[in-house]
Amino acid sequence: MKVVLQNLTKIFPSRDKKSGKEVVAVNDFTFEIPDGKLIGLLGPSGCGKSTTLYMISGLQKPTSGKIFFGEDDVTELSTENRGIGLVFQNYALYPHMTVKQNILFPLENLKGADRLTKEEMLKRAHDAAALVQIDDLMDRKPNELSGGQQQRVAIARALVKMPRVLLLDEPLSNLDARLRLQTREEIRRIQKETGITTVFVTHDQEEAMSISDMIVVMKLGVLQQIGKPQDVYDDPVNLFVAKFLGTPPINVLEGEVKGGKVCIGGAAVAEAPGVADQPVYIGIRPEGFELDANGALECKLSNVEVMGRDVSIVSTHESSVNPVIRSIIDADYAIDREAETVRYNIKPHKLFVFNKETEERIYF
Amino acid sequence: MVDNKHQWKAWLYLAPAIVLLLVFTVWPIINTLLMAFQNGYSANLALAGKTFSFGIENFRKVLSYKRFTDCLFNTMILCVATVPISTMLALLIAVALNSIKPLQRTLQTIFFLPYVTNSIAIGMVFAAMFNIIGLRPDGAMADTWGIINNVIMFFGGEPVNWMNAGSGYWPNIVVMVVYIVWNALPFKILVLLGGLQSINKQYYDAAKVDGTPRRRVFSKITVPLLSPMIAYVVITGFIGGFKEYSSIVGVFGETMGPVHDAGRLNTMVGFIYDSLNTRAHGTASAAALILFLIILAVTMVNLQVSKKRVHF
Repeated sequence: MKVVLQNLTKIFPSRDKKSGKEVVAVNDFTFEIPDGKLIGLLGPSGCGKSTTLYMISGLQKPTSGKIFFGEDDVTELSTENRGIGLVFQNYALYPHMTVKQNILFPLENLKGADRLTKEEMLKRAHDAAALVQIDDLMDRKPNELSGGQQQRVAIARALVKMPRVLLLDEPLSNLDARLRLQTREEIRRIQKETGITTVFVTHDQEEAMSISDMIVVMKLGVLQQIGKPQDVYDDPVNLFVAKFLGTPPINVLEGEVKGGKVCIGGAAVAEAPGVADQPVYIGIRPEGFELDANGALECKLSNVEVMGRDVSIVSTHESSVNPVIRSIIDADYAIDREAETVRYNIKPHKLFVFNKETEERIYF
Repeated sequence: MVDNKHQWKAWLYLAPAIVLLLVFTVWPIINTLLMAFQNGYSANLALAGKTFSFGIENFRKVLSYKRFTDCLFNTMILCVATVPISTMLALLIAVALNSIKPLQRTLQTIFFLPYVTNSIAIGMVFAAMFNIIGLRPDGAMADTWGIINNVIMFFGGEPVNWMNAGSGYWPNIVVMVVYIVWNALPFKILVLLGGLQSINKQYYDAAKVDGTPRRRVFSKITVPLLSPMIAYVVITGFIGGFKEYSSIVGVFGETMGPVHDAGRLNTMVGFIYDSLNTRAHGTASAAALILFLIILAVTMVNLQVSKKRVHF
């Protein structure tokens, strides 16, 4: 089931009537989610990603714009008629019911022709439980489960009624680091097995990048960029997206374009053919540095961190916006740790230039 | 833990409370026990130097009094009738109050007003509402019909003698049940509303996503999640019900019943009070202990039931 969001806007009225300042949580959001894909809605807190998810679910009504599931306009349809499964951030498992009762609950609500027999319900519940591998926990209460298990129960409860679209609100935020890695693989597997169009919300770019077919980066209610994770990473449209994706984060330096060259502190580090002279922000991915004794960019060496496979060189440069410049170099290079300075050449495809005013990408 | 050296300080700070508790709670309890088990004990005679033999004569006497068993029956009836009704009503009102947005605060305040109103005053108002007799402007007695009978007659019913001379036992009980339920509502509503407001809204969102009908949301989600509060309200309701006394005085006055049958609606606490007035301190103590045991037993049963039914 493809999901289409058309000029979706959500404005929350201001709480304080005097100041009368309304909050635009989602602003003119247009986007098509292809059928059967796993989509990550990504952005810092307050960017409107959860609001977007809740509008898809129907729990919140958009101020304007339309939502389509396939060809059906569901904008005015109430939540229960949309055929969605929603997994809440803190799971919202009914604490007084066992796992089995929790999973059965949505089925027991069905009426009329949709109503299943008791046996069918139990079978569906067991299938859903088996899919998320909790079939041995059916008689426990939620408070007897670990966070990861509760998460699985919540997913099983969302899947048991065979939704057209599965929505997950920050599905991993309540789990510890190890469980998070494991669970995100699990979500990927479940999504692949069921083939249900799935949208999940996260503020963790690594999480979104690692499992999504596509990521949607948002900022202050405005869509920034949509694409395959690698594409967005390799080709950010603005400084915000460039900074938001990647660990360690991108290095940002102040510089200028002069005579078709990108210069940092006077040193030309890359070609920029056809770009007018102007002050710019320059973003360089940590893996975009190459050690070269005659390199164009000279930085003060402050630390070398060994990570086994790679080496992370921490250096400083007066044009850097961040306190330090962090580069990741193959561990095979011999690095003189006692040296005062370190010189780099920059890989052209790892360097992005942004307009200093608008912070939009300058392509060349 | 308090440092040993400074423990005397802790005791010092606790002393006022401990002294008051010892004098006004612990000693009276012990004294009640002592009095209850001295046959025919009376403080006045004891002061005059009389001694009493130990035994269970007081209990035997109390239980053989018809007046006592009547009081016990009245108390039981009032408990059994008022606690479920008031709890159910309070639950409905709390849910309704919780689901409305406009005027919620105002309505909350209105529903809470009875709690801060003097129960004797409320009793007098109820007496007026259920009354059938009044004074004419010329001073003669006349049927004036309280508002309840007026409403009944408006709908074509026969007026009922709720509580005046010649009224029956069950109409009297109805008056008391209505009064006690009304009086008990505010506290219960307050507790249940507090409980409702602390239920995570996400459970309702989850239920909505799953298309849960409203009645099922109420019975399968609201009530179970509210069960600790409901248990609390029921238990305290029973305890309060067994101590019912001032409400009867409020509505019927010190006669504790309609004028032609004084004492008809007397309760356990009323019996204890009357026994004290006749200087039968042993009997009063025995009755107090019986009341205590009944409350204890009922509370234990309540706790047992809620262990099975309360979900946290």
